[in-house]
Amino acid sequence: MLAVPPKNPSVALLVTCLVDLLRPQVGFAAVTLLERAGCKVSVPESQTCCGQPAYNSGDRADARKIARQVIETFAGFDYVVAPSGSCAGMVRIHFAEFFADDPVWAAKAMHLADRTYELTQFLTDVMGVAEVSAAHPGTAIYHDSCSGLRELGIKDQPRALLNTVNGLKTNDYSGSEACCGFGGTFCVKYPEVSDRIVGQRVTELAATPGDLLLGGDLGCLINLAGKLARTDSKLRVFHVAEILAGDAGPAIGEKS
Amino acid sequence: MMHVTTDFPAAAHEALGDKSLQAALARMRQGFVSGRASAVARLPEFDAYRDAARAIRDHTLAHLDAYLEIFEANVKAAGGQVHWCRDGAEARETILRILQSRGAKTIAKGKSMVGEEIELNAYLEANGVRPVETDLGEYIIQLRRETPSHIIAPATHVSKAQVADAFRAAHTLLPADRSLAEADTLLAEARAILREEFLNADAGMTGANFLIAETGTSVIVTNEGNGDLSQTVPRTHIVLAGIEKVVPTLDDAAVLLRVLARSATGQEISSYTTFSTGPARKDDLDGPGEYHVVMLDNGRSALLGSAFHDMLRCIRCGACLNHCPVYGAVGGHAYGSVYPGPMGSVLSPALAGIAAAKHLPHASSLCGACEQVCPVRIPLPKMLRAWRDVSFDRGLVTLRSRLGLAVWTFAARRPALYRLATALTAKTLQKHRAWFRLVPGLSGWLATRDFPASSGRTFMAEWKARR
Ligand code: SF4
Repeated sequence: MLAVPPKNPSVALLVTCLVDLLRPQVGFAAVTLLERAGCKVSVPESQTCCGQPAYNSGDRADARKIARQVIETFAGFDYVVAPSGSCAGMVRIHFAEFFADDPVWAAKAMHLADRTYELTQFLTDVMGVAEVSAAHPGTAIYHDSCSGLRELGIKDQPRALLNTVNGLKTNDYSGSEACCGFGGTFCVKYPEVSDRIVGQRVTELAATPGDLLLGGDLGCLINLAGKLARTDSKLRVFHVAEILAGDAGPAIGEKS
Repeated sequence: MMHVTTDFPAAAHEALGDKSLQAALARMRQGFVSGRASAVARLPEFDAYRDAARAIRDHTLAHLDAYLEIFEANVKAAGGQVHWCRDGAEARETILRILQSRGAKTIAKGKSMVGEEIELNAYLEANGVRPVETDLGEYIIQLRRETPSHIIAPATHVSKAQVADAFRAAHTLLPADRSLAEADTLLAEARAILREEFLNADAGMTGANFLIAETGTSVIVTNEGNGDLSQTVPRTHIVLAGIEKVVPTLDDAAVLLRVLARSATGQEISSYTTFSTGPARKDDLDGPGEYHVVMLDNGRSALLGSAFHDMLRCIRCGACLNHCPVYGAVGGHAYGSVYPGPMGSVLSPALAGIAAAKHLPHASSLCGACEQVCPVRIPLPKMLRAWRDVSFDRGLVTLRSRLGLAVWTFAARRPALYRLATALTAKTLQKHRAWFRLVPGLSGWLATRDFPASSGRTFMAEWKARR
């Protein structure tokens, strides 16, 4: 981390492949939040993906090549911010592992790791944002994503910000900290097991009062929303950034 | 080498459809998790103990050869014997030799996962020795001719009614009108039968939770007292343990005991914690006449200094199983190994070979709950990934995953192509979502879950258009 953050830092948005492809409005909400916090936001055009599919499949060589590409793409900014604990965790925690035998790249990887953040963590811990200007009625249940929670220690930050949204109350459910069963390639390799796990979360959600289900990682959210859609649940699922930015349109899975 | 059956997807499919197993798993998920949480909450310095426990295990492993020699010297000094066994076959033969030379026909066994690892019971039976499991859970699965489904609760998958059936089939003298409907009637029945077995056994065997180098002592923890009877009543006591079980001192064992029971069952300490040092001495009122420790390597020493070194810290508490979403969904048998769950998915490939256990490192969402609760802070997700690396390098990954990954990587490394491909996918997702049912891998998802529609444009395209 930079010792004292510049007042108007330059921030590169790591869009993440899921947001890019499935829910662009999360990216725009992130930009809004960052700009309101005083950041100069750029979206480097040559970004693709952080390399987790290769990394989690045991394809180290390709994961390493993609890591190099990410390091180059995101060089030269004060900070890099992703609306995802999983992708931010990949850069912050895992990139350095790839270059254990390469001091030059290891240094670059560490340099990037130090300035890469998940969105809500960046807003609260680095930019000192204490409240947002947004309104949304109802009760939001929060689902912590595994990487955000266990790799990056993100727990209070999104809740603190959500509690400043006009009219919104936050609530946890018994599965808030439990895996939703998404797991990236896991849900493709073992769809039945993944489905049973998300089924357990959905059962727990049914026992929890709330109007919205929010989280910080789109992978978990499309999994939960996809399963909720096959039940009679009324929960509307959003990425936390959409609510914090105050531009909640159709929820995940709803017709636009 | 340890034995592992490979077909995780088929076994998982079966487990997911097994109603009685699913009911048992639902109970287990609830009980163990809340038990640990409240035990940890009652000991504010729990995390400091975890750090200390980890340090003790690390230190011991760094000097394993020295501590094993000290342990052996102290067992001998107390009048016992140590037998070093490279693999399961050597351990089985060693145990049989000890039993045969004493004319032993029955052996009362306390719970031992190493005994399961080397499939000792089948071997003893084939060689004319009758093993009797005395841990209630182990006894139940022995009657049902099953392997354990959990490392500390071997019969956690069995319902009360199934236990009653197993008892009625095996206990032929049991009056048909005696009720076995409740847990305590089942317990009374098992106790009555096992009492006799303890008294008549020619030899007793236990595993070891720890081996203490400075005193040559083996330590077991149980909640039934069966281990104590197995090791003190019969003439010969055989301890079967993996070589990594040694710790330097009694004080070290005390630290590990503090984290063990809390992590395992949520108890402050198990009902019985028993320290055994050598055979009975001249003035002892009871105890065995002989004390043997069978020390098994079976692939453990090969892990020292490897990417899987830290796995040797494991104290077999089972917390990683209890908190694992995959274990909680499919139970232990689906893993096809006596060591299931996260610890098993790291250990089984090490002990049975990655080719035999190739599914296991992938059968995890890498959620990290295991590492979060492991009392000796084993980085289980990191090691699961390390096995995935090995598996990928050895070509053990399916052609489908390999191809899918190759296509994706090719695009991810070429931003312009990637833009084109994602733009096309976004369009297709908007207009022809049904096509995605044909994509291998996505069909499984779509069978039970919706997939969101797309606005037809990627963020990158939209961003370019707006700015
Ligand atoms: S890996 Fe850790 S949590 Fe799992 S059984 Fe071993 S000590 Fe317990």
